[in-house]
Amino acid sequence: MTTGRFYRFLHRVTVVPWRSIAGEALDRVLLVAKTVRGPSMLPTINITGDIVAVERISPRWSLITAGDIVLLRSPENPLKTVTKRVLALEGEAVTFVVDPAKGDVVHTVLVPKGHLWVQGDNIYESRDSRQFGPVPYGLIQGRAFCKVWPPENFGFFRQKM
Amino acid sequence: MPLVCLEIWEMGTLGSLWLLARKSAIGALFGITISDRYLTISPVRGNSMHPTFAASSTTFPGYLRGDLVLIERFCLHDFKFCNGDVVIFLSPSDHKQIFVKRLIALPGEWVQVSCDAFKVPEGHCWVEGDNSALSWDSRSFGPIPMGLIRGRVTHVIWPPHRIGKVERKMQAGKFTQ
Repeated sequence: MTTGRFYRFLHRVTVVPWRSIAGEALDRVLLVAKTVRGPSMLPTINITGDIVAVERISPRWSLITAGDIVLLRSPENPLKTVTKRVLALEGEAVTFVVDPAKGDVVHTVLVPKGHLWVQGDNIYESRDSRQFGPVPYGLIQGRAFCKVWPPENFGFFRQKM
Repeated sequence: MPLVCLEIWEMGTLGSLWLLARKSAIGALFGITISDRYLTISPVRGNSMHPTFAASSTTFPGYLRGDLVLIERFCLHDFKFCNGDVVIFLSPSDHKQIFVKRLIALPGEWVQVSCDAFKVPEGHCWVEGDNSALSWDSRSFGPIPMGLIRGRVTHVIWPPHRIGKVERKMQAGKFTQ
């Protein structure tokens, strides 16, 4: 008798479309896994594109700090998403080498209010804030916190300055 | 204890409550998805778009006089906009604020700022309020990246005497090819 009731209860729980609910919630609020292609983050992320886990809570709650790897809409093409590392937050001064291939001319810039300074880890082959300047916070899509694929490289990203 | 719970679940009232909760959860999910991806409704406050939307103050009793507008988000799939569209976007200096302004120039076009021409860089656009005297827009913060755009305003839906389509309007003399 009790097992019958239990199964009926179980059935009620399972008919809820948990999968779609969970999918929506994950996609919107918590986690997405995305491939990242390109040479700009080279020592950290492979050129062929690794799958990384991305959480979308920190950008909403303004929890992004310097050293985080973020996914953002490219300011030069809104359809493109790029992966960069945050080097400086609003109000901070950032010093950078303008073109490391050609020399060591150094510039210092103050990041304006509501903006971030992002740069690729591969400073020789990256199109980032050194070209297009500080980016508005609103372009940030999420913070990558963990590398999922390939499995031998699985691990959490460490803060690197 | 779990057995008692099961007994109650099987009974009418709580069973229908469970059904109601399930339906409202699914409904809420549908609602969130639609409002995030396709269409949403939002109040407009402030004076910067005055002839197009009613002027209203940003403090409590005043903003009830503002307009409610319908915003479509289909345009975000390909980021194709026209000059004169009214768009909403996140403020470039504070991502928690959302502004509504008119798109004046698209990437690669020239705009006239006071007396000199300015070329809008790739992936950016130039936005200005219709009420240029009381608007904080691209004339102060420069061109904005198109990635900040969150939707296009298509209709005013409240108050009843202002219901209508939001016209695509070009400002004469602002835009030069």
